[in-house]
Amino acid sequence: MTTLGIDGLNVTFSTEDGPLHALKNVTFDVPENRIVGIVGESGCGKSTLINAILGLLADNGHIDSGSILFQGQDDLTTLSPSKMRDLRGPRISTVFQDPMGALNPVISVGKQMMNIQYRSGLSKEQKAQRAIEMLELVRIPDARAALARYPHQFSGGMKQRIAIAMALMMEPALLIADEPTTALDATLEVTTIELLKDLQAQIGCSVMFISHHLGVIAELCDDVVVMYAGEVVERGTTRQIFNDPRHPYTARLLECDPARQSERTRNLPTIPGEIPDLRARPPGCIFANRCHRVRDACSAPPPDTDIGDGHFARCIVAETPEPAQVTA
Amino acid sequence: MAEIWRPIRKILREPLGALGLFLVVLVIFGAVFADFLTSYDPTRINPRDRFQGPSAEHLMGTDQLGRDLFARVLHGGRIALFVALVSTAASLAIGIVLGLIAGYGPRWLDNLLILLFDAMKSFPTVMLALALVTIMGPSLTAVMVVVILVTVPGYARIIRTQTIALKNSEYVTAAQSMGASPARILRVHILPNVIGPLVILASMDIPVVIGIEAGMSFLGLGVRPPTPSWGSMLNDGFTSIRDTAWIAIAGGVPIILTTLGFTFLGETLRDVFDPRLKGR
Amino acid sequence: MLSYFFKRLGLAAVIVSVAMFILFCMIYLIPGDPAAVALGPRATPEMRDALREAMGLNQPIPVQFWNFYSSAWMGDLGTEVLSGRPVLTVVLEQLPFTLALIAGGITWSVALGIPLGCWAAVSRGSWADRIVGILSVAVIAVPSFVIAIYALLIFAVQLRWLPAIGAGEPGNLGDQLTHLVLPSLAVGLGWVGYIARMVRASMLEVLEASHIRTARAFGLPDRMITYRYALSIAILPTVTLLGVGIGQMLSSAVFAEIVFARPGVGKLVYDAILTRNFPVVSGTVLVTTVLFVLLNLLADLTIGALDPRVRSNF
Repeated sequence: MTTLGIDGLNVTFSTEDGPLHALKNVTFDVPENRIVGIVGESGCGKSTLINAILGLLADNGHIDSGSILFQGQDDLTTLSPSKMRDLRGPRISTVFQDPMGALNPVISVGKQMMNIQYRSGLSKEQKAQRAIEMLELVRIPDARAALARYPHQFSGGMKQRIAIAMALMMEPALLIADEPTTALDATLEVTTIELLKDLQAQIGCSVMFISHHLGVIAELCDDVVVMYAGEVVERGTTRQIFNDPRHPYTARLLECDPARQSERTRNLPTIPGEIPDLRARPPGCIFANRCHRVRDACSAPPPDTDIGDGHFARCIVAETPEPAQVTA
Repeated sequence: MAEIWRPIRKILREPLGALGLFLVVLVIFGAVFADFLTSYDPTRINPRDRFQGPSAEHLMGTDQLGRDLFARVLHGGRIALFVALVSTAASLAIGIVLGLIAGYGPRWLDNLLILLFDAMKSFPTVMLALALVTIMGPSLTAVMVVVILVTVPGYARIIRTQTIALKNSEYVTAAQSMGASPARILRVHILPNVIGPLVILASMDIPVVIGIEAGMSFLGLGVRPPTPSWGSMLNDGFTSIRDTAWIAIAGGVPIILTTLGFTFLGETLRDVFDPRLKGR
Repeated sequence: MLSYFFKRLGLAAVIVSVAMFILFCMIYLIPGDPAAVALGPRATPEMRDALREAMGLNQPIPVQFWNFYSSAWMGDLGTEVLSGRPVLTVVLEQLPFTLALIAGGITWSVALGIPLGCWAAVSRGSWADRIVGILSVAVIAVPSFVIAIYALLIFAVQLRWLPAIGAGEPGNLGDQLTHLVLPSLAVGLGWVGYIARMVRASMLEVLEASHIRTARAFGLPDRMITYRYALSIAILPTVTLLGVGIGQMLSSAVFAEIVFARPGVGKLVYDAILTRNFPVVSGTVLVTTVLFVLLNLLADLTIGALDPRVRSNF
């Protein structure tokens, strides 16, 4: 069973300069008990995607078409706000990027963790006990005393672990992790990733892991979704994406990853050009203006080419693999 | 001509700005053309006609001495606007000079001035006014001195902050290295950059100034009788509040309309021309 | 915590000292003879000289300042001209009435301002938001004594709902409270506007914060998010604002006391001016200034008590 099935999702924002097409025909699945990585540069629509799933789009945002099927039954695009609120937290929970700001600064950690359980019907002591268990699980020292403390009294790494504890406390079916390690330094990043992996196995939930850090994605995720300018340009298993990228954007993205540079270079490779203005999307391929394999046919909307074994790329040349070395 | 009309059109596009501008123009018009708008002498006592309500003869009625209230309202507007204009201009001038000195001058002088400003601000306005009037005696000058003492620290502080920020900016450093004198740097490079926001803030302070004048005159510490002032009219109305409400209305409504007019206009000016100041 | 407290207390002492110096300069250096002011126009030159001698006005100015300064710190603000009672005693007798008035003003402003600001922020852009915005600006702009007189005119004289003069029967709390309603409204109404604007602005800022997004993502009820997660942070700046506002409320209180014929330091100083009771004027100005500085300090410390982030920085 798939935990989350997104199909043909389109989201627009009405702005002063006209409608902004933020997500275009987004389709992918988050299967049960798997970790799906979402990769893309800033502005690729990751945050919009999360907000659309959580039903927290800004007032000027609107889902035009498509569906977000949760556990095969509820379509999150049509669910009433109160039903949606009941799902958020207990069934779908989220860890956000900024550990410094993600917790309320004037409410103690314990109180915040107990507030989250307001629907559980547990007694005050039981709620506190559950909070302590979770804090111990994420290895917060002296968990009982930690309940009475305030967020600013913890380090950044600890705050992020507390945020993870809060997110997993209700044993959700889906955890959305929005760049949870970006604000942490490298060693903390590794421990946090491992912790997340452990907990996922323990609780048995699905995870949607958003990051622009390819190394972390390769390490952690089972499947990968590559986003560019509000479109899913390529999706498949981690092995397929990293070893056999078919969309030129994925290929360039992997080349540009500093961790993959085998030689010392003065200039890190970059993809020339800029993301097109989403208020005036080109009729054809969204990546055409920056693509090194562009051809005339790219001015027509590209199909989602099925490469096999669940590997898809939104590109007309996807059936032939990337040439071995691109001369820049 | 277009240079003048563009900002005015911008203000008129905001409903509150348009209302504010209308009220301000109305008050100024009434004050300037007071002599044409009424033939009554605002100080002429006429005991036979005292405590009259509004009528065709006396548009707003008469006070406890039979003076025409409409004439007093119009002439009172002259006093209010005169005080507002003169003392705000003086405060701005003094505030700018002190602020530039504090911001550009030596550190010890800056600290000393800041301490003085803070101490001035720690007097409750009315207490300061009362103390001053005890010594100087009630007069229009006393009112203006109070206004200056109350508003200068605020202006000076803003100028000081801006000056310090600009002092370290590249173009000022460049001018310094080319041997420009401090006076020239202040005049050419710093002053033009700080004056805009300050004028907007000062225009927003005009209601406060009008309030101080009216308040002191209300207490009998400002404009001396029989000169008409909205504040002293309000006091007349207060004294005879059980006989008639018309005097209190004639004294209070112009204060309300003027302060509202200048406030709405000032807020719109700020929003339209300097949104950075919005937090204030 | 303690070192912070003492630092703030020291700064307050310096500010009060400078304020005393300014007051001294105003009294003694501005043209005009305090002895002549105190005695009035009918005094003989001999009487003036005698009083000058008694007030120490013939001594060199630095000595005069030192005398004024040191005795003020010891609580000696001089004696009242008519009764010969210590000024400090006279002022402290009247102070509770003024403090009650200010407390009433704060009650009005907080009780109306915080809900209005919060409501405006939650329904941002609606007609309710606009009306609250315009009303806030309006009540800030109109001087408090105009509000005092119109409150008197409408509610006491015309409608006769509430008493017009005095502070109520001593010992009868209910009576005292009904006498407090109108004057404290006049003192606090402008601050309803200030606080509503402030709460609205900071509420909008807090609602954008990422921890509010987290709270939403956990499906917490909107009421809990608005009141416990956002408002508890958004009201913190109002405490500082009120600390600054107390100075203005003291000013408004002077008018309210005169209009409603209430006892208090405002009435005291006003009557003192009319009777040329000069030491009472300077003494009251000094006491209210100290009070203002202290209440500002108190506001800062309250912030510390309310905000755990500040608390641990002490």
